[in-house]
Amino acid sequence: MRTSFRVGAVAMAAVAVLLMSGCSSPATGGDTSAPVSLSYWAWAPNLDKVVDIWNKAHPEIQVTVQKQDGGDPAITKLLTAIKAGSGAPDLIQAEYQKIPTLVAADALADISGTIGSDVKGAFADGIWNSVTLGSDALYAIPQDTGPMMFYYRADVFEKLGIAVPTTWDEYAAAARTIHAANPDDYLGTFSSGDAGWFTGMAQQAGASWWGIDGDAWSVDIDKTPTQKVAAYWGGLVEEGVIDNKPMYTPAWNAGLNTGTQVGWLSAVWAPGVLAGNAADTAGLWKAAPMPQWDASTPATGNWGGSSTGVTTQSTHSKEAVEFATWLNTDPAAVAALVSTANIYPADAAAAKSALTAAPAFFSNQPDFYTVAADVAKTASPFNYGPNVNVAYSAYNDEFAKAADAKTKIAFVAAVTNMQKITTDDLVKSGFTVK
Amino acid sequence: MLAPGIILFVSFMAAPIVYTLFLSLQKKQVKGLGLGSGNRTTAFAGLDNYIASLTNADFGASVWRVLLYGLVLIPLMLGLALLFALLLDSRRTRTTGFSRTAIFLPFAVPAVISSLLWGFLYLPAVSPFYWVFDRLGWDVAGILDSSTVLFAIANIALWGGVGFNMIVMYTSLKAVPTDIYEAAKLDGCTEVQVAWRIKIPIIAPSIVMTALFSMVATLQVFAEPTTLRPLTNSLSTSWSPLMLVYRDAFTRDDIYSAAATSIIIAVVTFAFSFLFLRVVQKRAFGQED
Repeated sequence: MRTSFRVGAVAMAAVAVLLMSGCSSPATGGDTSAPVSLSYWAWAPNLDKVVDIWNKAHPEIQVTVQKQDGGDPAITKLLTAIKAGSGAPDLIQAEYQKIPTLVAADALADISGTIGSDVKGAFADGIWNSVTLGSDALYAIPQDTGPMMFYYRADVFEKLGIAVPTTWDEYAAAARTIHAANPDDYLGTFSSGDAGWFTGMAQQAGASWWGIDGDAWSVDIDKTPTQKVAAYWGGLVEEGVIDNKPMYTPAWNAGLNTGTQVGWLSAVWAPGVLAGNAADTAGLWKAAPMPQWDASTPATGNWGGSSTGVTTQSTHSKEAVEFATWLNTDPAAVAALVSTANIYPADAAAAKSALTAAPAFFSNQPDFYTVAADVAKTASPFNYGPNVNVAYSAYNDEFAKAADAKTKIAFVAAVTNMQKITTDDLVKSGFTVK
Repeated sequence: MLAPGIILFVSFMAAPIVYTLFLSLQKKQVKGLGLGSGNRTTAFAGLDNYIASLTNADFGASVWRVLLYGLVLIPLMLGLALLFALLLDSRRTRTTGFSRTAIFLPFAVPAVISSLLWGFLYLPAVSPFYWVFDRLGWDVAGILDSSTVLFAIANIALWGGVGFNMIVMYTSLKAVPTDIYEAAKLDGCTEVQVAWRIKIPIIAPSIVMTALFSMVATLQVFAEPTTLRPLTNSLSTSWSPLMLVYRDAFTRDDIYSAAATSIIIAVVTFAFSFLFLRVVQKRAFGQED
């Protein structure tokens, strides 16, 4: 039984090799060792074109991209394959907030032993922290990030004589001026629909919502930094100078285009969204670093971003790590990621050399990526936990109530409720929680 | 002869129900940090999930919400459906073919699509209605605000549901022999009297059936609030009981609680339907006994 299976497998491998060498260059025909083939689940657009570059240069390690629908479905599929014991790919594109969930399900391999010692230096500390979970292990290699920036309508600011806010106090003042000048206009909106957005702002204020303390998790949502952020936005919404409607609605899209939304606290990928939703305003926007809590120590948070992980089912983890390292740190690979997959690379130095011309929508701001690179360096460290999904859905519900109530007290209470729901879920599942 | 029916029933009805029951008695059990292999197992939970569901304030609130929603929706929807059916059946009505199709057509639009469509009409910034209100100088509050969002959802269901119920009632009206009406007319009945004293009592069984279907559909409302949720702050992820089940199963990754809540919903729906039929059966189907 076993022997016949082996014979069959060898025969199939041989056929595969013959077929492969048949379509590639005949020079490799004499090679006796079969090439390692790796499968890679990813959803970034055109990633297969970047992988083609690798495949051409490395006939001995062939990578096949299996395109996924998106971050959530890919992870659900992977978790199912891990449970089933087979069917997982060698490599997976995983968003940072999914990593603890994947590690908890034993889906990601610890690759700290096979990684080159120079890789860590390519990434900002905050990002590195999200792929190590603050431990000695390494669960993925960072690919892209979404450092948060402040986008504003430069023409409106000029007309009203407002300087670009560098602190949150100045942001609040600018919000008041804009709303006073035209009651339909807002500098921004507090969106209960976008947990990642609020997380990024809490991160900027110094929050880290989960932590590992020995053999126990800690949940630190209801602490000073997040309370401060919630109270700040609750105050502005209560005052009526900041809108309370969610983002990514037809109304919000129209507001960006017609100019009733005068600013947007977003991430480095915002130009793509603005170009799609607010085409009429091309050339009128500018990007600046986030307003600060403490102007002497500039900080930012991340909204979005993903990494490349090696799964526990991969039988070629060494080769997989080699490929993942190349993909995310090799200058040529990163340049290709930028130009064909449209991502903002996590590797700061490679990003700098790859991103030179500003996005077309921001042609009025040639130094767009210089600003972005300076901002990206200031990302604060942040730990995700094993039930980010629960915390995020609690955010949606609790802050929807708060935004509807339009009171500062309700915003602060929402943080407390998030903490309770998140902690209760961990305790209920049996996690040790401090 | 029965085999295909039994096989289908067992594989697509009985087996999933038994599996759901099985899941509802289990729970996830994690040790320590839960990182790495072997730290996650499932354990027998007994009735814990049921107790948690029944004492969950969110679940209670969602049940009251859909009861209120049904109270608003069902009388309006069936009333309109009956009115349209009677009007179409009236001798004086012309262009019945066109009217029938026009009233029925919204039923052919999937709930997700109609919710998206109405969502646009509800948002003041992009709605043509609010544009007109604005021009007229009226200050109309957003219908997606927390005090009126229930009506916004009921309106979508009404728009989609009237046509279907009307067709059911109209079809049974068409099955009534016309000589009854002629006799009534000879006795001096007006159209309204014919409708009230003859037509409605005769089609009472269809009205009961549509009411039953509407009640079951109401308890299961999901697509409309889920589609509208990203547009507003007034819809939570547990607005309706099924939304809560969906959130627990797919967002919170707790399939066990979701299974228990599903069983409770199924039992309550069944009990409701049974009670309702019991109460109205005598009156509606009395003549058939």
